[in-house]
Amino acid sequence: MARDLRKASRLRNEYSQLLVPVIAIVALVVFNLIRDPSFFSISLTVNNEGNHVLTGNLISILNGASELAILAMGMTLVTAASGGQDISVGATAAIAGSVFVKVLRNSASITPLTIIIGFVVCVVVSIIFGAFNGTLVAIFNIQPMIATLILFTCGRSIAYWINGGATPTVSSSILKAIGGFIPGIPVPTPVFIVILCAVIFAVIFRFTNLSFYTQAVGINQQAARLNGINSTWIKLLAFMILGICVAVAGCIRVSRLGLINHETILAEIEMDAILAVAIGGNALNGGKFKMSGSVIGAYTIQALTTTLYAMKVSSSEIKAYKAIVIIILVVIGSPVVKDAAARLRARLVRKTAPVAERS
Amino acid sequence: MQNDTVLSMRKICKSFPGVRALHNVDFTLRKGEIHALMGENGAGKSTLIKVLTGVYEKDSGQISILGVGEDIHIKSPQEAQDVGISTVYQEITLCPNLTVAENMFIGRDKSVVVHWKQMVKKSGEILENLGIPARPKQQLASCSLAVQQMVAIARAVDMECKVLILDEPTSSLDEKEVRMIFDLMRNLKSRGVGIVFVTHFLEQVYEVSDRITVLRNGELVGTYDIDNLPQVELVSKMIGKTLDDLSTIHRNDAYSESGTPAYQAKNLSSSACPNPFDFKIYQGEVNGFTGLLGSGRSECARAIFGADRVSGGNVTVNGKKAKIHNPYEAMRSGIGYLPEDRKMDGIIADLSVRDNIILALQVIKGFFKPFSRAEAEAFADEYIQKLEIKTASSDTPIKSLSGGNQQKVILARWLLTHPQYLILDEPTRGIDIGTKVEIQKLVLQLAQEGVSITFISSEIEEMLRTCSRLIVMRDRNIVGELKGNEITQNNVMHTIAKGAE
Repeated sequence: MARDLRKASRLRNEYSQLLVPVIAIVALVVFNLIRDPSFFSISLTVNNEGNHVLTGNLISILNGASELAILAMGMTLVTAASGGQDISVGATAAIAGSVFVKVLRNSASITPLTIIIGFVVCVVVSIIFGAFNGTLVAIFNIQPMIATLILFTCGRSIAYWINGGATPTVSSSILKAIGGFIPGIPVPTPVFIVILCAVIFAVIFRFTNLSFYTQAVGINQQAARLNGINSTWIKLLAFMILGICVAVAGCIRVSRLGLINHETILAEIEMDAILAVAIGGNALNGGKFKMSGSVIGAYTIQALTTTLYAMKVSSSEIKAYKAIVIIILVVIGSPVVKDAAARLRARLVRKTAPVAERS
Repeated sequence: MQNDTVLSMRKICKSFPGVRALHNVDFTLRKGEIHALMGENGAGKSTLIKVLTGVYEKDSGQISILGVGEDIHIKSPQEAQDVGISTVYQEITLCPNLTVAENMFIGRDKSVVVHWKQMVKKSGEILENLGIPARPKQQLASCSLAVQQMVAIARAVDMECKVLILDEPTSSLDEKEVRMIFDLMRNLKSRGVGIVFVTHFLEQVYEVSDRITVLRNGELVGTYDIDNLPQVELVSKMIGKTLDDLSTIHRNDAYSESGTPAYQAKNLSSSACPNPFDFKIYQGEVNGFTGLLGSGRSECARAIFGADRVSGGNVTVNGKKAKIHNPYEAMRSGIGYLPEDRKMDGIIADLSVRDNIILALQVIKGFFKPFSRAEAEAFADEYIQKLEIKTASSDTPIKSLSGGNQQKVILARWLLTHPQYLILDEPTRGIDIGTKVEIQKLVLQLAQEGVSITFISSEIEEMLRTCSRLIVMRDRNIVGELKGNEITQNNVMHTIAKGAE
């Protein structure tokens, strides 16, 4: 029995962080059930390309949050390692998307090979920009928000230079399959890309010490260094991994739209990505983290947006309503409220404990 | 309640999940007495103080304070201050970039406007009154640690305090500075302030205290007048058994100096230790760097481990040339380093005891070869048992352990790597006497097993007991070396003094 208790307490320690984001999502579901059960209806329809595809609010939440979820994964790692956030992800995603489009438009025809080449080039470029941010943070010890302010400011100008002022389009059935549906599969492809990313991170965490080292560096950099961890490299690595996430997100968005507008692509997504990390219960000043929390946070944000749209809230008002919900979530997840909850639980446990002891 | 009792705590209980921190503890403090609160790490001293200062809420029990009331509830440090309980913690919690006067008055005035002139004048009076050698307009950072500590006490006392709690006020001070703090304490005592004095230094307790309350495992052992409790008895009351006679600890001078040293450095220097020095250690040898605080003994140890930027020198490990420029390379060469500053350099506060134990071995094993959960748990459990680390489980975050147990975890971290050369920089600082003895015994046992050990301690007796060779330092230079029978306190002092010529 003691072992069971130990296990139970371990589970509680490990997953208590996920409580708030999970409650948030459940609350949104319940709210929608009461408001209008048809919110959850999913139907199989035929789209413009003649594929049988699933449509409905749930699908659009899953699909729409894809870029955000992937960015939130990378943002979690950067937050944990550096104790700060990268606010340049939207701008660097514009660069990544522009590079992707540039490669595709420069090739004679869009084949799977050119797409792979385009993607690889885009990943390399994004890693370089990630390394730029990482160098400022890890080597020059600049606060992450200030360091990434540079690319936040100039990233979209760089994107403009790559393709000129126009909004170049790319169209190909392969891109449509990446950003939309693969013929014969009724679930949008970006959903699978998110799953793939999550699996890759899970494998990395299982077979390397990335998570362990990152947490050690984030909590106590000096002690980590004295135990042989190269904390500079770990921080740099986190920013480069976020760079890869940015490239993937950028390519998904370009494939979805079939064009790139350097001014609007993934605009302001950096704030949502940071928010997803926060809603996921991760400390924004670094240290311990749970990537799954951030992913749930990303879907929570998207579910909120979709719910508000379903309630016919105009897109100009939507941010205000979003803010209200976010205030509630962030306050619930704050240390003050958490401590109060822990005290309440301790009081309840104490009341029941003597009984348990006797048995 | 007696008339001169300023504070009485009765049947105080406090539990945390899985731990009973205090059980029916009584404590009384008289007007104008210095009352030492003693106990091993984890005995409940800190918890008792935190209950008293409103950091924790007691589960049950009664606190009464003279002139305030019986059975009062203290819910926050602010409330504690309002009823006249002030605390000065081990770490100075003032703002070094403000002036002395600002530090004494900041956050105490409810009015929006600050009367600078009045503030400076008033703090000048208080400083003079208490005999503290600081000027009101001086920046706090420019004062010595002792004076900073005294300013902290002055600030606390001025808040109409009846009860002053001093939590390890002397732990980072040298002897002369401790004297200054003691004078201040006696001064306050004569003004009728009741002082609770928490410390690990037994000599200091006997120097200033009137009474002693001993806690063990969260329970009250007893309260004694200082004259009725000899030191040996105090120690046995604290650890709950008669103390292993320290005289059973004998250094082992029998290591062999023939053959190649386990570690040898020539002209080693680092950014923190700019004067090149030579150093060697043989297998199974215990040696130590000694010297006054700031003499460069820690810096030498850090240079050996590559903790600071190494700027020059030739290093051989077991006779083979080795390049040790950072901690990782040192660890790969079989060197371990327990740092002086446990909080800043040692623990990864939010991670579990288990993660903290396996950290160094994991890093040596490599980034791509993580230990499985079962392996990690087995390592952690083994060392928790071996070193008798008191923790609820191996999942507990290390920050919730007491100082001595945290130190044991860091020690376990390095023992787990099975180093052939282990550097221990102040391994016994701020931990209780029982653990200190255990660590000294462990050092000798490890040496017996063939580990080379460099032991650094501010407590010279510890080094005399354990080290077979002492390297004496002064002003960042090695000024002498003592071996075997030459190792006496007198000789050490003499060597340090002679270094001046």
